[in-house]
Amino acid sequence: MAKSGKKSPEINASSMADIAFLLLIFFLVTTEIAIDEGITVTLPPYTDTPPPPVESNDRNTLTVNVNSRDQLQVEEEVTEVRELRAITKRFINNNGADPSFSDSPQEAIVSFKGDRGTSYDMYINVYNELRASYNDLRDEASTRKFGKPFGDLIDTTQINEIKDMYPIRISEAEPTDFGAAGG
Amino acid sequence: MSKFVKKPREAPAINTSSLPDIIFILLFFFMVATRMRETDIKVKQDLPKATEMEKLEKKDLLSYIYIGAPGERLQKELGTAPRLQLNDQLADVEDIAEFIDAEKAKMPDENRSKIIIALKVDKDVNVGIITDVKIELRKSNALKLTYITTQKVEK
Repeated sequence: MAKSGKKSPEINASSMADIAFLLLIFFLVTTEIAIDEGITVTLPPYTDTPPPPVESNDRNTLTVNVNSRDQLQVEEEVTEVRELRAITKRFINNNGADPSFSDSPQEAIVSFKGDRGTSYDMYINVYNELRASYNDLRDEASTRKFGKPFGDLIDTTQINEIKDMYPIRISEAEPTDFGAAGG
Repeated sequence: MSKFVKKPREAPAINTSSLPDIIFILLFFFMVATRMRETDIKVKQDLPKATEMEKLEKKDLLSYIYIGAPGERLQKELGTAPRLQLNDQLADVEDIAEFIDAEKAKMPDENRSKIIIALKVDKDVNVGIITDVKIELRKSNALKLTYITTQKVEK
């Protein structure tokens, strides 16, 4: 059956490399080796005794409460999340000017309290805004002093100087338990 | 100068027939190696968005806790109440202490105190369960915690 003596035609494989290269580059570009990003917090060590209640009329404490219906309250006043950052920044950076806000950034404490029924989305939103307030202030101070944002500083003494100017002091109180229906 | 002018000579052809094989091996390597997910996630994972995150580059210090409602296929048996997932199995808040001990045991001695717990929590979950988790973590002395979020696109 098979014809003998006839040379089979050679397939030109030189473009194969190009095709494979294209595929390779496609995979290289599209696969992200996922580095997770997150908001890092440090928890206080566990104690059996409950922490002392936060003095809410103290001028150095900004009380931020979220209820089980995801409503935000700052210093007893209902507030929108998008206003939170400006208020927090003013509170931290008050330096004694407004009598209802903090004496200095070092003394300012943001007291954040949720409810067991608050949604995680809202919780992260609010926490993110509080963090953003501090990061904004640090960036501003850093740009003023060293001419670049805080994240770009390399020198440890400079980093620590900015950190000392605006120490992040967000305290999380035990959430209330009014609206935990359904856990 | 004329002695530097070379006589026209035919350049020897480089045999490139094995080039596709090399490239294919690279390609397969990437296709296989980029399957990053080690655990099969059984709970719903729609992460909240935020802007103030840090990159978590020390992967060897991270231990993941997943929280969310069970996935659709499991909802018939388990209902829709949020559950924890530790490694490959669904668990309860009480199992965290054991999980932390096991995770610490896997690490080299000098890293054990630096363990970071990464919470991957669905955004529909209530804060209550997270509070319970945090109390357990504090009891187990794993105090570094990070909420995994995705980047919010600024409007």
